[in-house]
Amino acid sequence: MSPSDAVMRDPGTPQATMGRPSDYLHAQHTLRSWFFTTDHKRIALLYLASITVFFVFGAIAAGLIRLCLVVPNGQIFTNDTYNKIFTMHGVIMVWFFLIPSIPSTFGNFLLPLMIGAKDVAFPRLNLLSWYVFMTGALFTMATLVIGGVDTGWTFYAPFSTTYSNTYVIPALLGVIVVGFSSILTGLNFVVTVHMMRCPGMTWFRMPIFIWTLYATSLIFLLGTPVITLALILLVMERAFHIGVFDPRLGGDPVLFEHLFWFYSHPAVYIMVLPGMGVITELVAAFAQKRVFGYRFVAYASIGLASITFLVWGHHMFVNGQSQLASTVFSFLSFAVAVPSAVKVYNWTATIHKGNIRLDTPMLYAMGYIGLFVLGGLTGLFLATLAVDAHLHDTYFVVAHFHYIMVGGTMLAFLGGLHYWWPKFTGRMYPEAFGRVGAFLIFVGFNVTFFPQFILGYLGMPRRYHDYPPEFQLLNILSSAGSTILAVGYFFPMIYLTWSLWFGKRAPANPWQARGLEWTTSSPPPPHNFAVTPRVDFDPYDYAIKAREVG
Amino acid sequence: MSGAPSPAAYPLLLWPQAASQSAVHVDWLIFAFTAVTLLLTVPIFLAITYFALMYRSGRQVDRGHTSDRNVKIELSWMLIPFFLTLAFFAWGAQIFDVEKHAPANALEIQAIGRQWMWKFQHPGGQAEINDLHVPTGQPVLINMISQDVIHSLYLPAFRVQMETLPGRYTQLWFKAERPGQYRLYCSEYCGTDHSVMDGLLYVMSPSDYARWLSQAGSSQSLAALGKRLFSNYGCSGCHGAGATIRAPDLAGLYNRPVPIDGGGSVIADDTYIRDKILNPDNNLIAGYKQVMPSFKGVIPEDELMQLIAYIKTMETPS
Repeated sequence: MSPSDAVMRDPGTPQATMGRPSDYLHAQHTLRSWFFTTDHKRIALLYLASITVFFVFGAIAAGLIRLCLVVPNGQIFTNDTYNKIFTMHGVIMVWFFLIPSIPSTFGNFLLPLMIGAKDVAFPRLNLLSWYVFMTGALFTMATLVIGGVDTGWTFYAPFSTTYSNTYVIPALLGVIVVGFSSILTGLNFVVTVHMMRCPGMTWFRMPIFIWTLYATSLIFLLGTPVITLALILLVMERAFHIGVFDPRLGGDPVLFEHLFWFYSHPAVYIMVLPGMGVITELVAAFAQKRVFGYRFVAYASIGLASITFLVWGHHMFVNGQSQLASTVFSFLSFAVAVPSAVKVYNWTATIHKGNIRLDTPMLYAMGYIGLFVLGGLTGLFLATLAVDAHLHDTYFVVAHFHYIMVGGTMLAFLGGLHYWWPKFTGRMYPEAFGRVGAFLIFVGFNVTFFPQFILGYLGMPRRYHDYPPEFQLLNILSSAGSTILAVGYFFPMIYLTWSLWFGKRAPANPWQARGLEWTTSSPPPPHNFAVTPRVDFDPYDYAIKAREVG
Repeated sequence: MSGAPSPAAYPLLLWPQAASQSAVHVDWLIFAFTAVTLLLTVPIFLAITYFALMYRSGRQVDRGHTSDRNVKIELSWMLIPFFLTLAFFAWGAQIFDVEKHAPANALEIQAIGRQWMWKFQHPGGQAEINDLHVPTGQPVLINMISQDVIHSLYLPAFRVQMETLPGRYTQLWFKAERPGQYRLYCSEYCGTDHSVMDGLLYVMSPSDYARWLSQAGSSQSLAALGKRLFSNYGCSGCHGAGATIRAPDLAGLYNRPVPIDGGGSVIADDTYIRDKILNPDNNLIAGYKQVMPSFKGVIPEDELMQLIAYIKTMETPS
C-alpha cells in the first residue's frame, strides 16, 4: 500500500522469506500459470503480447503499401499482390489490433482496479475470450499470410461472394469467431461495472475511462451480433449461393453495405471511445486537476455510443440510397460531432490553470487532441452530402480515418501504455527516449497522412495500385513520412522491452495520480488490494489534495 | 484533343481541375468549411500549447479561481459550433439536391461497368471504351449499370461519383463548361485491375463533339438498335403495336404506373423494365397471365439498354 513495497519486492529477496503475498507477475512462474490464468491482469498482458504481434504484421503490410506507391505505375508488385497486401493491412489492423486494443488490454487490467474489485465478474469467461480471440485471429492471419485474400477489409458483395478467387471463406470464419470474443468481453465488462463496484464507488465516482469502457461494451453487445450474422450470410452466399446479396441470385448487394456499416460505423466508436477515456485520465493526471465538466463528459460517452448506431448511412451517399435517407443520415452525422466536441473543449479547459508536467503520456495526449480534432472535423466534411459526392472513396477518406484511428486510438494506446506501464510491470520506462519516440510518431504520422487529404481532394481514388503520374510527388512525401513513423514505433517497442529488465523500479504512484489503481502497489498483488477499498471521495480530487497539502 | 494538355502534364498538382460551374461551387463549399474548421480548431491548438507552457509544473503562476464545471460555458461550446456547422449541412444538402435532379433535356449516355473496363454508348449508337466524350453547354445524364461487381464512376472534374451496381440502374449528371482533358476513374474497389479501370474524359465544344460523333463510326442510334433487337428476340410477337391478348402493348409505358396483380402499382422506369425482361415472374401485371419467358443470361446489358432506349421512344397511339 505504500511506496516502500517496491523495496520489499526486490526479486533478489526470496519471496518466501518476505511472509507476504508477492505481486501478480511473480506469484507463479510456470507457463501453465500464464495460459490458464484467470487473473484479469495476466489476461490483459496476454492480449497485449498478442495484439502487438498482430500490429507488427499489419504495420509491415502498411510499409509494403507505401513502398509500392512510391512509383505511379505499380511496378513493385502485381495488382493482385497489392490488393492482398492492403486487405491484410485493413483486416489485421481493424479486427485484430484496433478493436481489441484498448478494451482488452487496459480495460482488462484496469477495470477491476479502478472500481476496487478483485477481478472481473466472470474470470473464466474472460480467459475464454482470449482463447476465442486467438483461435479466430490466428486462423485468419494464417489465411491472409499464406493464401491471401483480396476483398479489402470491407468484404463488399458480390465481389466477395462470387467474383473473388481468393480464400474469402476461411478469412471470414476467423473474423466471425473473433466477434464472439468481443461479445463475451463486452458482456463481462457490463456485468462487472454493474455488480463489482466497491463500497462507495457510485456511478458518478467512476473514472471517465470506466464510463467509456462501459459505453464501448454496450456497442460490443449490440453491434457485434449484426456483423456476425452479416458475415455468416456472406459465407452462406459464397458456399451455397443462397441469394441474399448477389443480384444474379435474386439478392441485393446494397443490403450488405447496410448490414456491414450498421456494425462497422459503431465499431469506429469501439476504437475511439476507450481512447477518449484514456486521454481524459492522462490529462487529469498530468494537469493535476479535476476533469472539467465530469458529468458532461460521462454523458457524452453514452451519447456517442447511442447516436453512433444511427449514422451508418453516411457511408452510402453515392450508392443509390434515397435522397431523403441520405439527408437524414447527413444531419445525424453532424449531431455526432456534438458529444465529440464536448470532450475536446473539456480537455482544454482541464489543462487551463493546471500544474502541468510534459512527460511522455502527456505529450501523447496533446498529440491525440490535435489529431483527433482534425480527424473529427474532416469527418464532418465527408458527412456533407455534396462534399462526399466528390471525396467518397478517395484518399481524403483514407487520411480522415487514419487521423481517427492512428492519430486517435493509437496515440491514446501509446499514451496509456506509458502512463500505466509502471503499474503493469513495476518498472519505469526511460523518459528521454519516451519523449523522442512520441515526437517522431507525431511528426511521422502527419507527414504520412496529411498529404493524403490533398491527394483525395485532387481526386486520387483509394485502393489504387497504379495511379496517375501527377500524384507521385505527394505519394513520395507520404511514403517518406511513413519511414519516420516506423522509426517512431521502434522506439517504444525497444525501450519498453528493455525496461522490463533494466527499468527503474516503479513506486506505487509515480505520477501522484488519483484513482484506485494507484493506491495499490506496482505491480499489484494477485487480488489487487490488501483490503477492499472504500470510496468516500469524487474522482480526480486533485483540488482536495492541494488544499490538504497547502 | 485540340491541344488541351493531358492531366499528366502537371508535375505537382495542388488544385483539382474543375470542368463545371457546380464543381467550382463545391470547391467554395470546401474552402468555406475549411475556414470554419480552422476557426474552431486553431484556438484549441493555441490554447493547449499556451496552457501547457504557461502552467508548466514549477512555474509560479496564478492557478486559483478555477471551477470544474460551468453549465453555461459547456452548453455554449456544444451548441455554437453545432449550429455553425449545420450551415454546411444545409449547403451541402442543397447542392446534392441539384445533383440528384437531372434536367429533362439532358443528353443521356449509357455506361456499363465491368471487370475492368467502362463501356459508354451515346444516343446515336456510338460506343467507346474507358474514355468518354461529352459536349459543353448541355446537361449530360449518365445512366449506368454493372455487369458483375459494384463499381463507381468517378468524375473528379465535376466533383461527382456514383456507384455502378449490378442489377439496378443508377444515374449521375453534370453540365460541362470548360473544354479539356480530365480523368475518370472507377472509385469502388472491384478486384484485380481496379486501379487501371480508368480513362480520360474529353470535354468538347458542341461542334467538336458533333464532329467526334460523326467520326466515331456508328451505324444506328440506340433506339434503332433496340428496335431491331425487339423483333430479333421475338418481343414484338406478343408486345407488338396494339397487342392486348397475351401481353400489354408497350407504347407509352415508360415512366407510367403499372397496375400490379393483387393491388398497387409500380413506375415503369429503366430498372423496372430491365427487371421485367430478366425476371418476368416478379411483379405480375394485373389482367395478364404470366407466360413470358425469362431472358436472363440471354440478353447482355448493352442490348438491354438499347431495348429500353427503344421502348422509351414508343409513343402512345393517339
